[in-house]
Amino acid sequence: MAIDSLVLGAGQQVGKSCVVVSMNGKRIMFDCGMDMAYHDHRRYPDFSRISNSGDFDSALTCIVITHFHLDHIGALPYFTEVCGYSGPIYMTYPTKALAPLMLEDYRKVMVERRGEEEQFTSEHIVECMKKVIAVDLKQTVHVDKDLWIRAYYAGHVLGAAMFYAKVGDTAMVYTGDYNMTPDRHLGAAQIDRLQLDLLISESTYATTIRDSKYGREREFLKAVHKCVAGGGKVLIPTFALGRAQELCILLEDYWERMNLKIPIYFSSGLTMQANMYYKMLISWTSQKVKETYSTHNAFDFKHVLNFDRSMIAAPGPCVLFATPGWLSGGFSLEVFKHWAPSEMNLVTLPGYCAAGTIGHKLMSGKPTKIDLDKNTQLDVRCQIHQLSFSPHTDAKGIMDLVKFLSPKHVILVHGEKPKMATLKGRIHSELGIPCDDPANNETVSISSTHYVKARASDTFIHSSLNPNFKFSKSISEDESGSCLKDRRFMPQLQVTDERTAEGILIEEKNKKAKILHQDELLLMLGEKKHEVRFAYCCPINVSNLEETKSTSDNVLCTSDRCSWLQLLNNKLSGEISGGNIQDFGEHLQVESFDISVCLNDKCPYRIIDTQNKSEAVFFCCTWSVADEKLAWKIISIMDNFDCESH
Amino acid sequence: MLKGYNFLGQSINTGIRLSIAVLDFPKRQPVQWVPVVINNRCIVSKRYTFVLTEGGSHIQRQAQFQQLGLVNILAVARESDQYLQWQNFIPMKFTCLSRGGGFHFPPCHMVNVSGFRILFDCPMDLSALSIFSPVPTGFDAEVDVKVSDFQDSSSSSSESVARKRQKINKPLDVNDLIYAVPWYKTVNNLHLWNVSFIDIVLISSPMGMLGLPFLTRMKGFSAKIYVTEVTARLGQLMMEELVSMHMEFRQFYGPEGSSFPQWMSWEELELLPSALREVVLGKDRTELGAWVPLYSAADVTDCTQKVQTLRYAEETCYNGTLIIKAFSSGLEIGTCNWTINGPKRDVAFISNSIFLPAHAMKFDYRSLQSNDIVLYSDFSSLDAMENVEDDDGFSIPTTDSMSTLSTDNNNNWEELVESLLYTDDSLEEQEKLSYLCYCAIDSLKVGGSVLIPINRLGTLLQLLEQISASLESSTLKVPIYVISSIAEELLAYTNVIPEWLCKERQEKLFSGEPLFSHVELIKDKKLHVFPAVHSPKLLTNWQEPCIVFAPHWSLRLGPVVHFLRRWCGDPNSLLVLESTLDAELALLPFKPMAMKVLQCSFLSGIKLQKVQPLLKILQPKIVLLPEDLRQQTRFTNANSFSVIHYSEIASIRIPSLKDNSEVEISTDLALQFQWRNLKHENMTVTRLKGELSVYHGKQRLLSGSEQAKSSKIRPLLHWGSPDLEKLLNILSNIGINGSVEQCMGNGESEKACIVHVHEPKKALIEIGTSTIISAGDENLASKIFEAIDKVLEGI
Repeated sequence: MAIDSLVLGAGQQVGKSCVVVSMNGKRIMFDCGMDMAYHDHRRYPDFSRISNSGDFDSALTCIVITHFHLDHIGALPYFTEVCGYSGPIYMTYPTKALAPLMLEDYRKVMVERRGEEEQFTSEHIVECMKKVIAVDLKQTVHVDKDLWIRAYYAGHVLGAAMFYAKVGDTAMVYTGDYNMTPDRHLGAAQIDRLQLDLLISESTYATTIRDSKYGREREFLKAVHKCVAGGGKVLIPTFALGRAQELCILLEDYWERMNLKIPIYFSSGLTMQANMYYKMLISWTSQKVKETYSTHNAFDFKHVLNFDRSMIAAPGPCVLFATPGWLSGGFSLEVFKHWAPSEMNLVTLPGYCAAGTIGHKLMSGKPTKIDLDKNTQLDVRCQIHQLSFSPHTDAKGIMDLVKFLSPKHVILVHGEKPKMATLKGRIHSELGIPCDDPANNETVSISSTHYVKARASDTFIHSSLNPNFKFSKSISEDESGSCLKDRRFMPQLQVTDERTAEGILIEEKNKKAKILHQDELLLMLGEKKHEVRFAYCCPINVSNLEETKSTSDNVLCTSDRCSWLQLLNNKLSGEISGGNIQDFGEHLQVESFDISVCLNDKCPYRIIDTQNKSEAVFFCCTWSVADEKLAWKIISIMDNFDCESH
Repeated sequence: MLKGYNFLGQSINTGIRLSIAVLDFPKRQPVQWVPVVINNRCIVSKRYTFVLTEGGSHIQRQAQFQQLGLVNILAVARESDQYLQWQNFIPMKFTCLSRGGGFHFPPCHMVNVSGFRILFDCPMDLSALSIFSPVPTGFDAEVDVKVSDFQDSSSSSSESVARKRQKINKPLDVNDLIYAVPWYKTVNNLHLWNVSFIDIVLISSPMGMLGLPFLTRMKGFSAKIYVTEVTARLGQLMMEELVSMHMEFRQFYGPEGSSFPQWMSWEELELLPSALREVVLGKDRTELGAWVPLYSAADVTDCTQKVQTLRYAEETCYNGTLIIKAFSSGLEIGTCNWTINGPKRDVAFISNSIFLPAHAMKFDYRSLQSNDIVLYSDFSSLDAMENVEDDDGFSIPTTDSMSTLSTDNNNNWEELVESLLYTDDSLEEQEKLSYLCYCAIDSLKVGGSVLIPINRLGTLLQLLEQISASLESSTLKVPIYVISSIAEELLAYTNVIPEWLCKERQEKLFSGEPLFSHVELIKDKKLHVFPAVHSPKLLTNWQEPCIVFAPHWSLRLGPVVHFLRRWCGDPNSLLVLESTLDAELALLPFKPMAMKVLQCSFLSGIKLQKVQPLLKILQPKIVLLPEDLRQQTRFTNANSFSVIHYSEIASIRIPSLKDNSEVEISTDLALQFQWRNLKHENMTVTRLKGELSVYHGKQRLLSGSEQAKSSKIRPLLHWGSPDLEKLLNILSNIGINGSVEQCMGNGESEKACIVHVHEPKKALIEIGTSTIISAGDENLASKIFEAIDKVLEGI
């Protein structure tokens, strides 16, 4: 059986994450994102590759969304309401709560401000969210009889999760975006050690190694403080969720410590509303933040006020969070137009802005003039601070996760092509795990684990758990020499316990395969055992046999017999390594191989004519087929053995 | 004999010293310690090598092992303090330690699954607190007298003893109560067990956690404790509250001595009125040992650090063998039922459960399906029955409605049953709450106050919403106070756990509203939360009439005592009590009571008529039911499961359902199989050799290290009787010829014969009930064997 991963988005690029994985007859879509850099059909994944007929309900078992960012969920309302998918959709509680805000915010920007044709309506978002089943972390969710999924904390944004999916014996993890180091308001990603056939990981920072985030946070705070202390205004363009709350927690904390009274504004009611969600979802934040919920909920921002349009031109310093991010239009751009010409003011921008946005233009170089559109140009004299903290894991984190999970195969998505190639090489060479970085619309096929199920009898289980001790004498190298001197010299006993499960597997038509212990088989079949053994009466030349015979009156007495065996025993102990020779007085035994002195001159097993019968002592050997090799080895030793009596 | 064992399934690195404790079963006491060094890195569950540092030959040592008649061996890694168990095939056993009593005192059981001892819940009986007097108030001169009176009598003045003796049969008097720092009544039968032998503790509710610090502070306790995240938090809060309320007694009576308190001496106990004595000693007068002094705040902290928290439907694996999961039971926020899946046992444990609660996530019974054994531990319907005896307001539930259902066999059957399960319990509960609010408003209207002891979290949360709504509609401006050391945190906490709530509350999250309306009430200053009666802000804020929620429901501890003393003489005021409480005894210290008392009961489990439909859906093979339910439930013969009734302390051995367990065989091992067809109808067999490992509760056969060494696998076991002619034919085909000598077997009727082989070399084949091949060289012997193999059946 195979796992087929069709990468519909985020293949060798960042944007519109969407991977469709087929395993053991189930088909799961992980994420359904959009690419913000495009405004044509390219913004959505090419859904026609999932099903030509457009019958997505039968083509997909379920959709799993990792977090509320648009490049992971942006295409979902389009896919469910326009394309018509109506099957189950899974996401965590915070994602389900926050995604509609994110989608609605985006829709408004697109339609009302940019005047684009509507891709989906508000009703579409509402209807789409009705299909969503919320899941808790680590909760084992049975999608259907065979497929179950489980979310693990990913730490990227509130509610971000990695998803584990299992069908039969085949299992995989899709990480979505994750962060391996805790930050101020979110914890680090956490996952169990799982047995995986496939790991699909993001690779935004495939080659970067980042130091602590605290330094960069301090830089941001210093820049803000310097600006407001100088009477300037700080504009922080953000999307409604995630970054706004993270930065606001930073600022609140800083304001408290520095006893600052300068107002912090939120541009729209929307973000204030989002804080309400954050308050209820505080258990999804970092340990430090959630411990304080009872005395003071960290998302109960004390210094934050609502901003009114009339305040844009008001004098005095302030900090303003305004939507949308990237200065892609709307209110944040409007404020920017007013504040950009003054060098007292400050604009902060995230590490990544979609191409074509004002934010993107500001970041590339240090322009003093910006073309807002064909007719208007804007003087930009304000300072620009680039936020360099991003809640993605760095290369070390990715390597750590891959190493921790040790999957049989890795697929990288959500990164830049050349960097991904480097990381792919590292995973392959350092960890020895095959790795792929498919481009969009490519399919990667790998083999999957499968176990054969059988019922096993108790006797079989008992026998396989039975210790299988093997003993050999050795002096342990762990012990120091002095230690040995202190005690009497005592050879240590080396005991090995290599257990093997040996049994018989039976298959009958229309019945489940069954494992029995060997002894149970005949009982079940109602048959009688027919033992097949080998026998061989082996002569050993004895040079001074006559002498012995004379003293003991031609009859070998019991003690003599024993002494012959004793001689043989000594010889064999020297020659056979690791074998346990058991001495039962009258006979020796090695596994099933049995040796005794043969006094029957007409022993039928004296197959070989010996020239000199008088000078030989005969040893009768029998064994079963299991020890065939061992038996012939012992016989060859005996053949070459020249017995020197006494 | 040495039996199988299983070392946690973890890899142990080089050089770790182990000591194998050889234990004498069943006493489980170490007889002898055998130090062992593991000297190569290995996965212990599969294979390991160790060195015995003591002398003596292996045979001697083996003999010693055998002499001890070991059934159970424990290996303990001393340095890492790892507890490794030689696992055994121990039959499943169930022992009910206590049937509990009501919502606040859940049942307690001990179950042995796959050799692991699991304790279900560790509650304590707080209703027994009623034998103690609440803390006497300094302002109350009368009470002062009582205390001194009591102290006199304790100095064994013969006169007072005589006086007391007379009282035994009289109606209870406030002076009969015990004036001392209270002790607490735990599960008596739990003390009969050695706590160090408990492997796992599963806590289903905060109430089931209250006795846990008694266990965790005991020496030798090392069990893994599993509890849901919310239960752990709520349980911790309840324990902390209990400790802080108990402090008031300590302050009044002074620190407790280490000795037994006076009231526990037999002389004093003999003098107790029979009603109180029964509470102390139990019906069979054996429960004195159950009384213990309360744990400290440090014990609580220590206890909460020892628990491992889970979310609903989170999978956790104990010792690589048992998969344990918690599923919502609906009783309270965070309460749960359990499933335990081992290689041979699938067990579901059902605690008190509510199908459609108004606050917590609903009873997730579907996740309990497909378990062979159901341990049914919901005694609530029995408690309800007991109440029915003295209350005419309820009708006795009948199972008649079921008889029609059980004969119904159509496809909609399950839907039908489900609709029955979801009948309007919640509506009924809603009506009770509305009635309660109605009574409260009535009292407020005439200038009385309303005192509601905090009983259940769910009731508190709903009452806050309902009463404030009623106040709103009645245009009364009356403040609501919640006075408890943990109230602020409790109320804040309930608003940050949407994942644990019912669908309706979760919808509030998705629409951005607070989960419970108390958030808004506090903001609007309609609800006031204070940690204690003497909080300065409370004194400035205080306003009567008012509604007060305060602990503790036993009416012996906490702020509620103060308010009850304040209002007990006011005929306009109202006290709301849970009906399971013995009101006569509970209100004794506050007599004469002019205050109105409203006793009401809320649903605290599965109703009797729903037991059978529920079990039908769960489809177990064996159900364990409380003995007391035997009379109440008549199970029709149509049931596919067998029922075992249990009663307190009697251990029940649960019959094994499968004599075989599931094993997964890895593909690479399966590829090595060499199938043989048998003469038996359509049967194919193959020998298999691998390594058995247990991973995450699953037994797996993996290809061992010595795989594929011998490419030619010879059958080792033969049966049938050889056809001589056929054998000779086969032999001659491969160039082996000889002559046949018939001879009689050793007196047996079976014919035996000898084949003397001349060509290519001399050899001999003896054929009878068994076959002996004798040849001078390996090759020939092997060829003959192959020929024999062809005329016999073998594997």
